[in-house]
Amino acid sequence: MKIKKGIQLIDQHDKNFMYGGKFGGNFIPETLKKPIDDLTKLFAKLRKDKKFLNERDYYFNTYVGAPTPFIKLENLTEHLGGAQIYAKVVSEANGGAHKIYNATVHCLIAKRARKKFIVGDTGAGYAGKMLSMAAKKFGLKCKIFMGAKDIKRQRPNVEAMKKNGATVVPVYSGSQTLVDAVSECMRYWVSNCDTTHMCVGSTVGPNIFIKIAAWSTAQISRELIKQVKEEFGEVPKKIKLLNCVGGGSSAMGFWNEFMDTDAEFIGIEAGGPRNSRLHAAPLTNGSKIGILHGAAQYVIQDKEGQIGSTESISAGLDYPGISPLHCFLKDTKRAMYTSASDEEALKAYQLVSKLENISPSLEPSHAFSEAIRLAPKLKPSEIIIVNSCGDSIKDKDIIKQKLGSYIR
Amino acid sequence: MKSKIAITFEKCKKEKRAALITYTVAGDNTKSNSFKILNSISKHADILELGFPHNTPIADGGQIQGSSYRALKNGIKLKNVFQIVKKFKKLKPNKPLILMGYYNLIYQSGENNFIKDCKVAGVDGLIVVDLPYPENKSFSKKCKKNSINFIQLLSPTTSRERMKKIIKDSHDMIYYISMLSTTGGILKVSPRKILKNYNNIKSINRKKNLVIGFGITNKTIGSLKKADGLVVGSQLCKTIDNSLKKRLNTAKVLDKMVYNLKKKII
Repeated sequence: MKIKKGIQLIDQHDKNFMYGGKFGGNFIPETLKKPIDDLTKLFAKLRKDKKFLNERDYYFNTYVGAPTPFIKLENLTEHLGGAQIYAKVVSEANGGAHKIYNATVHCLIAKRARKKFIVGDTGAGYAGKMLSMAAKKFGLKCKIFMGAKDIKRQRPNVEAMKKNGATVVPVYSGSQTLVDAVSECMRYWVSNCDTTHMCVGSTVGPNIFIKIAAWSTAQISRELIKQVKEEFGEVPKKIKLLNCVGGGSSAMGFWNEFMDTDAEFIGIEAGGPRNSRLHAAPLTNGSKIGILHGAAQYVIQDKEGQIGSTESISAGLDYPGISPLHCFLKDTKRAMYTSASDEEALKAYQLVSKLENISPSLEPSHAFSEAIRLAPKLKPSEIIIVNSCGDSIKDKDIIKQKLGSYIR
Repeated sequence: MKSKIAITFEKCKKEKRAALITYTVAGDNTKSNSFKILNSISKHADILELGFPHNTPIADGGQIQGSSYRALKNGIKLKNVFQIVKKFKKLKPNKPLILMGYYNLIYQSGENNFIKDCKVAGVDGLIVVDLPYPENKSFSKKCKKNSINFIQLLSPTTSRERMKKIIKDSHDMIYYISMLSTTGGILKVSPRKILKNYNNIKSINRKKNLVIGFGITNKTIGSLKKADGLVVGSQLCKTIDNSLKKRLNTAKVLDKMVYNLKKKII
């Protein structure tokens, strides 16, 4: 299994839409075959359509707010003593996280497909919040599926979705988290695919959704590679790009343009509560390949193939599967994966918020935790960049409950 | 040699009626009770579909999800599903039994192991909800080699071009999904429209046995009786749920229900 140079990672699949012959594909009910084929054809056309690309860039610049800042974390670097630590502050994008890229592109596609309704899933509530924002902006009626447990723990984002005019549908089946929200959203699409466009919130699901999500978030690294070259004159030889991974869309976007450079990629999964076995880290913990939500991937499951339950303090990472693209990056050894526990993420949030002007949400705090662990072991000539892809404000309640106080 | 599924359709055609196909979930609500239910409804049903439950069923509505979760909660394993089939086929070797479920369970067993287990237990056919054509080509071939019917699905979104290809690759039974819906939806398309689509599909190859499923209940079944076969699933799962709540004898309740369904199509 090998990654080809000079070809976008999302396009490195075979005729069955499998990456490395093992990951991805379209394991879908017959009813979805045609809507997915239609969307696949439409997206292939739009990717080459100059007008569409201009439109995307226009909205990324004026609506999302490009480029998001690239800053050096001077205090953290000094505090840890070792590698130079930088952050790409994607949380400065409109809405406060990377999910806005995928949401905006999906709305633009839905308009081209002449669909008036758009549905999506959400875990941390960011994907849902952004989709509801973009839907409002582009005049689409929006419905968001969200696990009942997540609705409780991510209140601020739920309020935002409702304010944007979206219907939030609570999902009570299974573990009542992201995995069930995605299932329920797919079921809804099976029943309404003639009038409704579906947005999958991350680089998971049937192949076309993986492609659209990764193609959209790639904006992050398009900006970053320019910013890195401005800062260092070139892409440095010793550079590590750290990103949390749940479904994996933020990391894919953060790494995409660096694929053919020397940059090292480190993905950080959710380890769950310390000593817990209910981690959401299929790559770190050697899960087997299975089928989840239409795609083959490393997935937490039992021997028979029942999908396992996960637990993480960060709703956005609380997912038993992982993008087939990350499985491909893992098996080709292009990226490395590790995990951080709930406690480590909380500590990282606290330290970064105390020392710096940014305050990462619990998802990127997993990545910061790894940066904090690594930096002191590295030389000052080495560079770590962390994707700060969410803001802690949405986790205010959880943080207060766990740490007694909230700082930002 | 003709398959039991083919023989059953021939028999129903001679009797000038649709075949009645039932769907229940193995292990709902317990191993022994689901066997009892299967056995009692087999008096009236022509073909039995038995679900092997998965906890992330992306194409199933509330009722079948409920049955699946109930079965899994009570500890049903694939091994038990095959035991139920084996026990049933010992009693009624000529009654066709089709297993239905999601691909991940087959993938984890290994395709060849799964087919072997099917063969040993006496499974006549397989429906794999999330393994569409052409991705199912190699698996369906393996099934055929082992005298197991791989049942292809068609839906209102399937183009005629695609239908031709799928039908060409099909075995003794094809399943037409009546409408855009998960299982258990309310029939939102008129029976006339469904039958029109049905006839269009039949015109591609009259010899193929085509059954209609999704949204079929005791209220709608009569209006679709011109089909080669009709599948009732969610209504049975819902009835199991209700009779469990009322502490009734589920096997008896289901027996009566399937008897009444049958009456409506003869």
